[in-house]
Amino acid sequence: MAVGKEIRTQISSIKNTQKITRAMEMVAASKMRKTRERMEATRPYSKKISQIIKHLAHANPEYKHPFLVEREVKRIGVIIVSSDRGLCGGLNSNLFRKTLRQLTQWDGDNIEVDICTIGGKSASFFSRLDTNMVGQAAKLGDTPHLDDVIGVIKVMLDAYHVGTIDELYVMYNEFVNTMTQEPTVSQLLPVVATDLEDDTLKGHWDYLYEPDAKEVLENLLTRYIESIVYQGLVENNACEQAARMVAMKSASDNAGNLIDELQLVYNKARQAAITQEISEIVAGAAAV
Amino acid sequence: MVMQVHVDIVSPEKEIFSGLAEMVFAPAELGEVGISPRHAPLISKLNPGEVRVKVSDKETHEFFVSGGLLEVQPHLVTVLADAAIRAKDIDEAAALEAKAKAEEVLEDKSGKIDYATAQAQLDEAMLQLRALDRLRKRAS
Repeated sequence: MAVGKEIRTQISSIKNTQKITRAMEMVAASKMRKTRERMEATRPYSKKISQIIKHLAHANPEYKHPFLVEREVKRIGVIIVSSDRGLCGGLNSNLFRKTLRQLTQWDGDNIEVDICTIGGKSASFFSRLDTNMVGQAAKLGDTPHLDDVIGVIKVMLDAYHVGTIDELYVMYNEFVNTMTQEPTVSQLLPVVATDLEDDTLKGHWDYLYEPDAKEVLENLLTRYIESIVYQGLVENNACEQAARMVAMKSASDNAGNLIDELQLVYNKARQAAITQEISEIVAGAAAV
Repeated sequence: MVMQVHVDIVSPEKEIFSGLAEMVFAPAELGEVGISPRHAPLISKLNPGEVRVKVSDKETHEFFVSGGLLEVQPHLVTVLADAAIRAKDIDEAAALEAKAKAEEVLEDKSGKIDYATAQAQLDEAMLQLRALDRLRKRAS
């Protein structure tokens, strides 16, 4: 039957799209489980190292490491963690919007900004803008390793050492739960000490440092920063899969609604055609 | 009752050990250290090697670390390992392969590869093999 041929092709093409989105949803769901496990596995390390940093902040060292000293801010370094691929809802755009707001604010205060990007999306977004990009890492896949981000971090830490930048921030999506991902900004340098819960460390004391304070602190603080960025990356990864899963689910649902509507239109057109045919036949018979 | 100290060993990718122990031995940069409970606060870099956790006279756990940091407080000991794998899990084949590769690189002096890195890789592979040998002897 010639009626509604276009509608039928449209329905079948939407069905194909729906198959794809449904497959992507299921892939994202299984990947999300894995990335969440990985996220949980990295937590003990970052918890322990920040605990040590807290202890350290309460010690009374003779040597003050530059990472712990605040200075006047003229230039800021930012590490932006995004996903490599799109099709994950508003995940990246929410983060970029927040970042841009922050950048405009710094711009108003006459502070210049250096940017390092981790992940393909942020690289392509910020390279189109008028920003100063100093480092970049992309195509890290679903199982990022610490080695992948060390380069980017080193660029920023070196810049801090020579005094090019005076503060360092990292921006990533924090995993709240499957439905919610929260764009987060956290300060890496200078290291901000938070309050200690237990009182056992009160009083005047200091660590014994082996081999010497400078080397140990350099090592510890570098690792601390690496662990925060790595944690951010792993968390962003979990966010990506969760956001993709949700986005693909709603895409599949929307495709289903569209198909239903088109099916209705198609059926009406078909019925109308049949009715018309019958009435033509009846009219023809009556004329005879 | 014997005094005990809380010990945590973690690597960036997972938690490796957490619990009470009588004594901890770690390969600090200036030589191996043994930490008893109520040790003075200490922070030290670690060399690649074995961290041994003595839980009781009969029970000792061993972990291979390829470097890292050690923090000691009177009531707790934290080992931040760079890449700690349980000594038993070390894949001997992989260690051998890494060693072979490192040696290959060392022999090929024409290459542009950093000799310091290769030497470090070789040392690490040797240490892993030694830890594995010791474990096997104990098992048999």
